[in-house]
Amino acid sequence: MRSHSLAQTQPNAYLPHEAEVVKFVQESKTIYTLYLRFTDPLVHANYMYDPGQFNMLYLHGVGEVPISIVSDPEHEDLLIHTINRVGRVTRGLAAVSEGQRLGVRGPYGRGWPLREAEGQDVVIVSGGLGCAPVVSVINYMIRRRERFGRFTIVQKVKHVDEFIWPERYERWQQVPDTTVLVAATQGAENWRWQVSPRIKVMEEVKVHTERTIAMICGPEGFMASAAEHLIGQGVPAASIYMSTERNMQCAVGHCGHCQFGPTFICKEGPVYAYPRIKPLLNIRGF
Amino acid sequence: MERFLPTAQFQRLINLLRRDGYDCVGPRVRDGAIVYGPLERVEELPVGWHDEQRPGHYRLARGSGRRFFDWANGPEALKPLTFASREVLWTVVRDGQGSLRFCEEVPEVRPTAVIGVRACDIAAMHLQDQHFGYREYQDPYYNRRRRALFLVAVDCARPASTCFCHSTGDGPAAHAGFDIALTELDDGFIARARSERGRDLLAELPTTEVTPDHHAAAGAQHDAAVAAQTRRLAGRNLKASLFAHLDHPEWDAVAGRCLSCGNCTAVCPTCFCHSVGDTTELDGRRSTHHRQWDSCFSAGHSYMHSFVVRDQTVLRYRQWLTHKLGTWHDQYGRSGCVGCGRCLTWCPVGIDMVETANRICGGDGDAQP
Repeated sequence: MRSHSLAQTQPNAYLPHEAEVVKFVQESKTIYTLYLRFTDPLVHANYMYDPGQFNMLYLHGVGEVPISIVSDPEHEDLLIHTINRVGRVTRGLAAVSEGQRLGVRGPYGRGWPLREAEGQDVVIVSGGLGCAPVVSVINYMIRRRERFGRFTIVQKVKHVDEFIWPERYERWQQVPDTTVLVAATQGAENWRWQVSPRIKVMEEVKVHTERTIAMICGPEGFMASAAEHLIGQGVPAASIYMSTERNMQCAVGHCGHCQFGPTFICKEGPVYAYPRIKPLLNIRGF
Repeated sequence: MERFLPTAQFQRLINLLRRDGYDCVGPRVRDGAIVYGPLERVEELPVGWHDEQRPGHYRLARGSGRRFFDWANGPEALKPLTFASREVLWTVVRDGQGSLRFCEEVPEVRPTAVIGVRACDIAAMHLQDQHFGYREYQDPYYNRRRRALFLVAVDCARPASTCFCHSTGDGPAAHAGFDIALTELDDGFIARARSERGRDLLAELPTTEVTPDHHAAAGAQHDAAVAAQTRRLAGRNLKASLFAHLDHPEWDAVAGRCLSCGNCTAVCPTCFCHSVGDTTELDGRRSTHHRQWDSCFSAGHSYMHSFVVRDQTVLRYRQWLTHKLGTWHDQYGRSGCVGCGRCLTWCPVGIDMVETANRICGGDGDAQP
């Protein structure tokens, strides 16, 4: 799947390429999606990535921000980024209009273990906006349903507002051999999914075989609890993957901000096998 | 190749380097410290000067000696010459139609010969070479400066009380990574060439044979420099020990004194953290993307959209030390400390990093020699 992109073989890894905002979709109050195309057709045609990798998006005069790629590299022509409006750059990006130009460089990091997952049962767990990076994985797998065993998709949010794309979860419920578990800590009127505290919803995840792989994305405490729960259910620790997040400024392992124990998240992560990061996960200050 | 260069001929070395197109840079006394500056004449070197260093203390004093390098080190390593403290990475211009044109700004550099490089600083530069130089992403800014250097090392004959390079294996003598290395004696230098161009240069200099007396003096000087270093880390690899003691009370004790000012990381020859920022001109069209040295002791270093990972000094100090002496081993195959002692000397409250690390690790440091 992976080949070199022009962005990676060009001598200066810091230099973005110009890209155009083709479409802007507001997903919720704070969450939006950008559909991008490199303005240089050659760059666009040669841009290869894996689900779970990320790009650095540059907004003119404001700065760069790392954002995971949610499009399917084999099924979508445009580069898709779903973004939560939380910081200086993401607030600026929330105000872009279609046709506006951005800078994009990437892809960076290691994505989800999709090859390893083939032939195995798959459990996908996300918490809050953790769903954005894993939605690309879910889409990827659903499109190639026959390559994988049983699917379990868990999405946990605190407030019902954080739950986006309900229609996707409803659609996934219809996919054969697929269990969809959505829960909020606090319910609301018209909330048709579960209401349950913390990771209680994980108790409903049925693990049938040791050949089960799990992919988790969300706050660190949530990911660690979910991982431990799955290990208790018989999932091998080495088959549990999670996506981490830290301050990132260069994305090429130079600036030091995303250093996490023995690794730089921008290069070895953001997706890690659980045993690799378990020693420092949830320890304050790392 | 090893030759003896009499003191009277030392200027010839600079002359030849300048003839070959190098700008020469060397240690000079400025504002009460020894720092790198342009060098044309050997008299501009800190002849006769000594440095007195201890945690939180650095003073220069002039003695009656005639040696050029009779001091340990100043606040600057080679780092500022290769990894600029602030530089522009690229600029972008937005035209009237809204198109963005990105333009890389790789620095113009001149070939530069650095005279008087210490072994600890060469070891540190090797670590930065690994970090910036040739892994999957090469840094064209660092590499351009790095490739322009010609290095003339000088073995340390007079370590400061803060020095512990012998315990880290990086000094006091230079063993690799230089073009020419000098051992300063009272009447001249034993010069050894390591690179092809170093050999060529040395062959042109009016040198003599190195005598057994020279070797004996150099050996005694080296042994004395080693013996003068009483400070030592508990082991070369403290990773397991540091991570086994993440709750040690010493972390809080040191954090109670630490100002989180970042002096230690600024003078550290291996610290590479930098922040990236953008400055837009008032017309809103042209913007520059730049980087500048950052420190894991700053609040912004671990900032995440909604919180700061290390919001307390104790977490920052622990992050710094467990990385420098611990997980550097995983990332670069060795500790990130080369024993230069600068983080002790330039700490405004005189925190002794070696003592802190040894206290935390107790007796469990891996005690390889």
